[in-house]
This record gives sequence, C-alpha cells and structure tokens, in this order.
Amino acid sequence: MANGILVFIEHVDGKINRASYEAVRAAQLIGAQTGQEISAVVFGQSVGNVAAEVATKKIKTVYTVESAWLKHYTADGYTHAFKQVVEQTQPALALMTHTYEVRDFAPKLAASMKRMLLGDNVGHRVEDGKVVFTRQIFQGKLAADVVPVGDAPHFASFQLGSFRGDECEAGQAAVQALTVNLDADVVRQQPEERFKEAKAAVDLTQAPLIVSVGRGIKEEKNIEIVKKLAHAMGAELAASRPICDNEWLPMDRQIGSSGQTVAPKLYLAVGISGAIQHIVGMKGARTIVAINKDAEAPIFEIADYGVVGDLFEIVPALTAEAEKMRH
Amino acid sequence: MKIIVCLKQVPKNDSILRINEQGTWIQDRDLTYEINESDAYGLEAALQLKEKHGGEVVALSLGPARAQSVIKEALARGADRGIHLEDAAFNNLDAFGVATAIAAAAKAEGFDLLLTGLQSDDFGFAQTGVIAAELLGLPHATIVMDVESQDGRIRVKRELESGFFQWVSMPAPAVLTIQSGINTLRYATLKGIMAAKKKEIKKFDAAALGIDPVQLAPKMEFRSVYLPVKNKQTQFIEGSPSEIATKLIEKLKNEARVF
Repeated sequence: MANGILVFIEHVDGKINRASYEAVRAAQLIGAQTGQEISAVVFGQSVGNVAAEVATKKIKTVYTVESAWLKHYTADGYTHAFKQVVEQTQPALALMTHTYEVRDFAPKLAASMKRMLLGDNVGHRVEDGKVVFTRQIFQGKLAADVVPVGDAPHFASFQLGSFRGDECEAGQAAVQALTVNLDADVVRQQPEERFKEAKAAVDLTQAPLIVSVGRGIKEEKNIEIVKKLAHAMGAELAASRPICDNEWLPMDRQIGSSGQTVAPKLYLAVGISGAIQHIVGMKGARTIVAINKDAEAPIFEIADYGVVGDLFEIVPALTAEAEKMRH
Repeated sequence: MKIIVCLKQVPKNDSILRINEQGTWIQDRDLTYEINESDAYGLEAALQLKEKHGGEVVALSLGPARAQSVIKEALARGADRGIHLEDAAFNNLDAFGVATAIAAAAKAEGFDLLLTGLQSDDFGFAQTGVIAAELLGLPHATIVMDVESQDGRIRVKRELESGFFQWVSMPAPAVLTIQSGINTLRYATLKGIMAAKKKEIKKFDAAALGIDPVQLAPKMEFRSVYLPVKNKQTQFIEGSPSEIATKLIEKLKNEARVF
C-alpha cells in the first residue's frame, strides 16, 4: 500500500537549489502529522555529492537516480525517471517546491499516472489523516482549499517561501541508488546552455532598502517620481515584471519569480498589485509598505504598512518628507 | 505551419469577486470576461509565426456559449478558423479534464504546434498545456519566450529563474505554454472584425470528440473558496498626502527601524 512522502531535490550541475529544502521541511512536518516516513530523490548523471548533503537532514532514505540521459534537465527525462521511482518506492505523496523546473515536468508526471498535480500551495492542514492544501486563485485575491480525488500516489508542490528550508531537522539518511530505463525515443528535448542576457549592473539582493514600481505608474515618464523617492530614501530602485517587459527599466531591476528574489529591511511597493509572481520575489522582506489606489489589491495582504491612495500625490509627499529626514 | 492556439475566457482582471453562498466558488452573475492574459500572447506568437512561415492559425476555446466571443476576438485579430468546445460535461472541469477535451479536439484537427498561455488568471494552475502534451504523447516546453521553427523541429527560448534563459529544441508536433509580455499584442481592426464574420467556427461536444464522461472525472476538488486569511496586521495610514508622508516616515524610522 502506498505510504510515505517522497521529496524532489532540484539541482543544476550538482548545485542544490536551496528551495528544495522548503519541500523537505514541509515533508518533515506533514510526515510527523500523518505518521509517515519521508524520503528524497535526486536525478542526474553523477549526484553523489548532492545526495550526501541532503542525507544530513532528517530523512529516512535519499534515492539517487543516475543516468547519462539525466545529465541535463529535460521534462521528458525527469518525468519518465520520476514515474519509475514512484512505481518502485510507492509513496503516498510526492512533494516539491514550485520552481520553474517543477512547473515544467510535475504536471506531466502526475498526468502520466492519471493524476493531477496540486500545485503552488501556500499552506496545508491535516484532517482525518488526509492533507488539505490551500492555494491562491484569481492571482491571490481569493484562497481555496483543495484535495486530490482518487487513490495515492498524489502529487503536490508548495509555493516558494511557504516553508523555511533552514528549519529542516537534521539527521542521517541512508543513500540508495535506483535504476531507471531511459533512451532517445523517450527523451525528446535537447536543451542548450543556460545563459543570462544582460550583465547585471545592480545586485538587488544586497540592497537593504528597495523602492519598487509597478503598473500603477501608468507611463514611462512617471517613473521619475519613484526614482526621486528611492534616491531620497537611499534605496535601490526595483520593478515588477510589466515595467521591465516594456523596457521602462532594465531587467536587472526586476523582482519576482523570473527576476530577483530579495529580502531587504524595507520593500516599498508603489503601484504594484501583488500578483503571485511578484510576491514570491519579495515576501521575505522584513518590512513591507504598499501604496496602491485599490484597497483590494493582494499586496495589502502581506504589507506591514498600507496606504490606499493616489501614488501621484503620495509619492512626492513621501519624497519631501524623506529628504527632510536625511538633512 | 498549422498552429492551434488555446484561449481561455476568464473574468476581467479588475472584477469584483463575490463568493457564492455555499462558499464553493465565485458568483458569476455581473461578471464581464476577457481573454486570459498569457493566452493572448500565445495568439500573437502564433500570428507572428504564420506571418513568417505561412500556414494557418486555429483559435480554440472550451467554455459555455459566451466563450465564442473570445474565439471571435481571435478571428478578428487574424486567426483563420475557430473551434468551440461546448458541453454541459465541460463545465467546472479541472485542468486534467480540460486538457482531455483539448487533446481530443487538437488530435482530430492535426497541428504542428499547440499553444496555450502559461497559466490562467483565474485558477492559475499552469498545467492544461502540459497535461495535453502528455495525453497526446508529444514533447512540450513551458514558460516560452520565443519560438523558432525549422525543418520539422521547434526551438524555443525558455525563461528560467533569476534572469536566466535557455534554448531547447524538440521535434514537431509539439505543445508550448507561452509567457506573458513577450511580444506586443495586435488588436482587432475594423477590417479584421468584418472579415471575422465570415470565418468558420466549428463546434464540438463531448460525444463529437469521442470522449466518455468517465475520462472527465475530477482528479482534484475545490473544497471551499474564501477570502485569504491574513497573517499580517497591516497598519493603514490615512490622511492628506503630507500627513501620510509624515506618519509613514516616522513609523519606518521609529517603529520598523529601517533607516
């Protein structure tokens, strides 16, 4: 009978994506709540060092799946390998952190087993021994409780930042190799080298104070007023995705799942609604301030201080006050 | 090149959402609808590929009668034909169910590329395209920023985290999920709207697609829908702009101590 929680460990060329430890932490908590053992799985060509690092967490077994076909990530390779691991190890739940890589293969993996991934969850609870997941819908405006239908195995992922990877309990796991069958017919994607486009001029991850601008600014020429505010506060300027898509600010200013993830002392969001793809890049900030004319904007759910009003009046006033403070 | 573009009709972005009495979904009276944002970028990508390589673009939507307006909008922007999947059995499907219907329609139609948007603005599962690829036994790529086609192979630029990108190639036919903001959307001209009136929209129900209702059985369930529970206590600062500015700077300085 299916039992246990299997955690997906993501890495690029042997460097662990630390977000995977959030899934390990989630599994440790859910495992304790449901009386289940937890295991982890790593795919690649040569993953001994990755497995050894993961094995220092409180996990029963770390499975390694090594194959030349898994040297580089492909949706086909990972799906086929993972499916065979699930068939061999029979977990009740396969758990992941909702990264871009997981978005790319996990729905396919679940579908290949006639299930659906319950993806991008922000929370959970256990009811009658079963896990009920909470996720956001309508871009964070509403929440929903979701459950899988049908027998195990089930597949789920948690949104970045839903658990603290650095809170994983330590332990000593056994490391066990598993064999899977893969070939050229199965692995159809041919990936090329990863690359960055713009050389980043600014490293926002090091900025203690950030003022960030979103669609509410309406026009490129208006960004000047937010630049002035950032300057007056001694903060770095950042932006949500649409601003960078329009090329109103360069890509290295972008905060969010496809840009930088930051955790500054202060994140001041101007005219940013708070869509999930942006929030995941800044919800770790110590103090969050949001200025938005829409009282229902999801950004206010995570703001420590909120101003519902017209940014075109408030930002200049704030700039004047900040300048006074610095002099 | 023959490209099928999937377009979902979703409540307008700024809609006021009211939860129904049972707390199981939102009320849909008084809602206005639009094309899901990333699907619109998928349509634009398809139209640009057609301009480059020739061929045709077929706009497909699964939904009730009102979903036709999304197909008509696509036709007005330049799609050649439409496919509307409508059936009582298609209401309230999860992504697996929707993908099952789309896969059946796309398979019958035949294509070089099947495009969906990256995710829907309402459910936001980001899975329909990927599941359709699995059901069709075809390769796929997600979060696609750019598409090249040559000699039966597709090469796409995928967006990765932290400012990274990656080109990936695979044989056609393939399924791609398209990221928002990757191109400039064209809008329907009056000429396009007039031309759209003559373009064909084929309608299919579950029986016409050869789908047994069992295939559409849910793989997940929404237990309840509710306003998000706030973990944070937000202090809302009020007053005139200068009063707000004074209060906020004071709090940031002395309460939050960020300076």
